Amino acid sequence: MSKENSILKRSKSFFAEIGEMAYFAGRFFKEVFRKPFEFKELIRQCYNVGIRSLFLVVVTGFIIGLVFTLQSRPTLEEFGAVSWMPSMISVSIIREIGPVIIALICAGRIGSGIGAELGSMKVTEQIDAMEVSGTNPFKYLVVTRILAVTLMLPLLVIIGDAVALIGSAMVENLKGGVSYTLYFNMAFSSLSFSDIIPATVKTVLFGFAIGLVGTYKGYNCAKGTVGVGEASNSAVVYSSMLLFIIDFIAVFVSDIFF
Amino acid sequence: MNKEDRKIVLELKDIHKSFGKNHVLKGFNLKLYEGENLVIMGKSGSGKSVMVKSIVGLIQPDSGSITIKDHDIITMGQEELDFLRTEIGFLFQGSALYDSMTVRENLEFPLRRHKDKVKNFEGTEKSVTQALESVGLLHAIDLMPAELSGGMMRRVALARALILKPEIIMYDEPTAGLDPITSNEIIQLMRTIQKEYNTSSLIITHDVDCARVISNRIILLVDGINYAEGTYDELSTSSDPQTRAFFKN
Ligand SMILES: Nc1ncnc2c1ncn2[C@@H]1O[C@H](COP(=O)(O)OP(=O)(O)OP(=O)(O)O)[C@@H](O)[C@H]1O
Ligand SMILES: [Mg+2]
Repeated sequence: MSKENSILKRSKSFFAEIGEMAYFAGRFFKEVFRKPFEFKELIRQCYNVGIRSLFLVVVTGFIIGLVFTLQSRPTLEEFGAVSWMPSMISVSIIREIGPVIIALICAGRIGSGIGAELGSMKVTEQIDAMEVSGTNPFKYLVVTRILAVTLMLPLLVIIGDAVALIGSAMVENLKGGVSYTLYFNMAFSSLSFSDIIPATVKTVLFGFAIGLVGTYKGYNCAKGTVGVGEASNSAVVYSSMLLFIIDFIAVFVSDIFF
Repeated sequence: MNKEDRKIVLELKDIHKSFGKNHVLKGFNLKLYEGENLVIMGKSGSGKSVMVKSIVGLIQPDSGSITIKDHDIITMGQEELDFLRTEIGFLFQGSALYDSMTVRENLEFPLRRHKDKVKNFEGTEKSVTQALESVGLLHAIDLMPAELSGGMMRRVALARALILKPEIIMYDEPTAGLDPITSNEIIQLMRTIQKEYNTSSLIITHDVDCARVISNRIILLVDGINYAEGTYDELSTSSDPQTRAFFKN
């Protein structure tokens, strides 16, 4: 009985939270077009987001390309289809694996960072202080961060994809003797707009989701240091979950249109 | 001067505020006259911070009215409120310095959008150094808040609250957690500032010495209402034991 109750309670608070987050997103769209714009802070946040995750994205991208190619080789060899390798790798990395894995990494890196930063600002009344000094903290802190992640994530994904392809090309070059020129020729010729456009739109949505969840969790952080930890933690959990939901919907939709 | 002749800069009427079942304010009233130092005393958790935060619009009271210089802040739009807030300095109980910014950037922050409201504005650099000088911390201008001691943080926060040259300043426990010497310095600083800028101040404190030195008038906040009101001498020699209890050292 009490178990049922707690499940009911939990799912209720889960849906209430979704509603609040939607309201928060609505507020973002309302404020983002209204003056004054915080350009300087936006640039600073873009730089932060980019720099903080660039190294991680490059390393993971490289390893994904390397491992993916190494693991696929035996199977393709069995079917005598090794020459398909560049096409297969480029399509799967650019359409799906690159965006999802890099977005997940950024959810861990950027999402938790934003959650913790805004959370501790909330707890130590810095957000209140901002409001009292006549600056809209939603605009200064939330809008700039959501925009920064939305703009930078596609860029990071492009970099990650490129590095993954380089990693894959290195394996093909060493193991199969394929020249780099041939590899990239094949890789790019098998890509079409219908691969690239949905993937890019998806990464924009991923970025928005990471920024939204991180700022929402931080901005509504509960009092105390426990609250900050929780904000940072649940920012990662919720945004990772949201990424997969968006991915599912995006694949579904792009399947209809492309 | 007769009280009734003086201008009222801030008035709270019948403020109620509850958090769930916790009724914090139950009809609190207050008038702040121009140029006066009004001290609010009350037990920990009696709702003093809730009360000042509702004055600057950080907390929405459940009912009652708050007027600052004849503007009703509860029905006020966001833009108008932001404008009015520049005329109010607010010192937070925990200093609330922006810890990702240097001391200089902390002081520049309120100036970003509201330079034009400062009287006799002589440039950002000048304003910042002047404000820091008045709290005696010019040498700390390029430090981060994490590198400051608690007392230094409080003084920087005070400088930040003053930078727009506000007409009303609210101090939430300006001396809490400081040693007697440093808290005395802060009190003297508050008096100098009060004289220099002719501000009206609302001071929340537990500190009896602070109340004695700085107050023109004291209001005791007990059980969510203004329980007693008077000068330091009147209240500390009151016949009511609960009132007198606040002044036992
Ligand atoms: N945001 C909030 N949500 C829920 N309850 C709150 C909130 N803010 C304050 N309270 C409650 O209101 C009451 C008064 O709190 P407040 O911070 O105003 O006390 P205070 O008089 O400033 O005490 P202190 O002298 O310790 O600073 C407390 O019981 C507190 O639990
Ligand atoms: Mg308090």
